[in-house]
Amino acid sequence: MTPDHSARPEGRSSPAAPGLDRRSFLGAGACGAAVPLLGAASAAAQPAVAAAPDVRRPLDVKLRINGQDHRLALDSRTTLLDVLREEVGLTGTKKGCDQGQCGACTVLLDGTRVLSCLTLAVMAEGRAVTTIEGLARPDGSLHPMQQAFVDHDAFQCGYCTPGQILSAVACVQEGHAKDDAQIREYMSGNLCRCAAYPNIVAAINQAKSEMGA
Amino acid sequence: MQPFIYQRAETLEAAAQAAAASRGSHVEAPVQFVAGGTTLLDLMKIDVMRPATVVDINPLQERYGAIATDDKGLRLGALARMAQVADHPSVRRDFPVIAQTLDLAASQQLRNMATLGGNLLQRTRCNYFRDVSWAACNKRNPGSGCAALDGMNRKHAVLGTSDQCIATYPGDFAQALVALDATLEIAGPQGRREIAVQQLHKQPGSTPNIETQLVPGELITAILVPSAPWTRRSLYLKVRDRESYEFALASAAVALDIADGEVREARIALGGVATMPWRAKEAEAALRGRRLDEAAAEAAAEAAFAGAQTHEHNAYKVPLGRRTLVRALLDAARLEIRS
Ligand SMILES: Cc1cc2nc3c(=O)[nH]c(=O)nc-3n(C[C@H](O)[C@H](O)[C@H](O)COP(=O)(O)OP(=O)(O)OC[C@H]3O[C@@H](n4cnc5c(N)ncnc54)[C@H](O)[C@@H]3O)c2cc1C
Ligand code: SF4
Ligand code: FES
Ligand code: FES
Repeated sequence: MTPDHSARPEGRSSPAAPGLDRRSFLGAGACGAAVPLLGAASAAAQPAVAAAPDVRRPLDVKLRINGQDHRLALDSRTTLLDVLREEVGLTGTKKGCDQGQCGACTVLLDGTRVLSCLTLAVMAEGRAVTTIEGLARPDGSLHPMQQAFVDHDAFQCGYCTPGQILSAVACVQEGHAKDDAQIREYMSGNLCRCAAYPNIVAAINQAKSEMGA
Repeated sequence: MQPFIYQRAETLEAAAQAAAASRGSHVEAPVQFVAGGTTLLDLMKIDVMRPATVVDINPLQERYGAIATDDKGLRLGALARMAQVADHPSVRRDFPVIAQTLDLAASQQLRNMATLGGNLLQRTRCNYFRDVSWAACNKRNPGSGCAALDGMNRKHAVLGTSDQCIATYPGDFAQALVALDATLEIAGPQGRREIAVQQLHKQPGSTPNIETQLVPGELITAILVPSAPWTRRSLYLKVRDRESYEFALASAAVALDIADGEVREARIALGGVATMPWRAKEAEAALRGRRLDEAAAEAAAEAAFAGAQTHEHNAYKVPLGRRTLVRALLDAARLEIRS
């Protein structure tokens, strides 16, 4: 844990663009790396808040999406889902409920599946974001999971599909695709209104052997 | 969503200090911590929570997110993710009830995001609480009344309610902790303290807006679960409207120490039926020294729900809760424990 600004990824890049405000880093000031016991003394020595930030100023946010760097000026409220769809133009990631209840917005953060609708974009800084657009190989050939969904007709309308596929890739990588029952349990965070569930399970079973699981 | 200032806390002191000047109860404070964000952002999107400042505590994960075990027990960093703890081999072997409360909660995406500290502090799923177009909600808006009392209260609590609020505590994990006598390490503007998990949450009484005994600026840093003869013979049974990715209608966390066919010690906590993680001490007492057969389990379940108070749509929770506990006890008694 280093309290030095320059050790953060942001510190390495060029100064913030004009008109952009950096988020404040609390406790990144004079104190050492060791965390002393809390108490009046240490409290007095700690600057509470760096400077009074202005809520109207956009944040300067750097995101790495499918291997590409993006620099964005964002309202703090912006979710990762809205950045992908509205700012970066990657509309493969779908908005279903926007409340964490359907899984349509599933993306990978450093290879781990998460819900982009409940992730603030600024909180994805420094992590690798993978969306459905980033799964195919550079030569355009499909990821084994994408191919398996095609082979098994694992969708009807296709709205839930990008989320299903990313979730399925992670499910296999986590080692949670041992048998049908386990696949169903660990895929339960992805709802499919077309009820393509049996075909999704079949697709995952096919892809897991090709993925070497 | 109301605009807010986003800040990252690089140290514990900074996090505590940033929120220290905050007034009101922990949940009403204008400065809120964000960990996984799966409760906070959800409630901010629907305007139920409107903090002016959000302090991101994820930079503290490295230091306060570890899982460690020794012969005294288990130490879980409050910033550990639910999925990480659920998959931990010693947790699964020695504290199965803990792993199961995590496995059976939410979805893998949410479990990858959500932290243990945030999980304990998740807020009720009461539909009137979650929809600000309902004016009457004492939890959201003290003194405004309670729309659930004579509304759709099928999922509401039957234990620990008051005439001000009958909202169910929705979490699963806290039940395992309460049953196993776990404690919390807390750091805040006034220093550090340790409390029993049982003491964290409050019954609604006349102040349903005060949900825990935390004060603004206080951070949960770790959860300590003591080793005991009953932690291995433990399980969590969760009954819900669908098989997965759903909150409990009734659940039971049980841990048993059985010797020579007799219950030496029983630990029981109930979920889905109460306003807070509910330790059922009367049920435990009913089992001590007895053979755990169906009659004993039923007597315990009877004792657990003796004080239940039902409303128009949730009377079914009493028999459902009793049967859930009976089955959990009998299943736990049958577990084969390998040493
Ligand atoms: C669709 C859906 C289904 C779900 N199903 C279940 C389920 O079946 N069972 C279940 O148990 N849960 C369920 N959940 C709830 C989920 O488990 C919680 O939202 C999650 O655990 C909260 O953790 P978090 O880290 O995301 O918290 P956050 O949202 O980051 O924080 C929640 C609150 O706690 C405070 N806080 C966070 N960490 C700390 C800390 N260390 N110290 C002090 N204060 C802190 C924050 O200020 C905030 O007010 C579900 C959620 C969703 C959206
Ligand atoms: S039960 Fe509690 S949370 Fe629900 S409407 Fe009544 S006061 Fe609000
Ligand atoms: S859009 Fe994110 S879970 Fe539904
Ligand atoms: S294919 Fe239509 S929702 Fe799943």
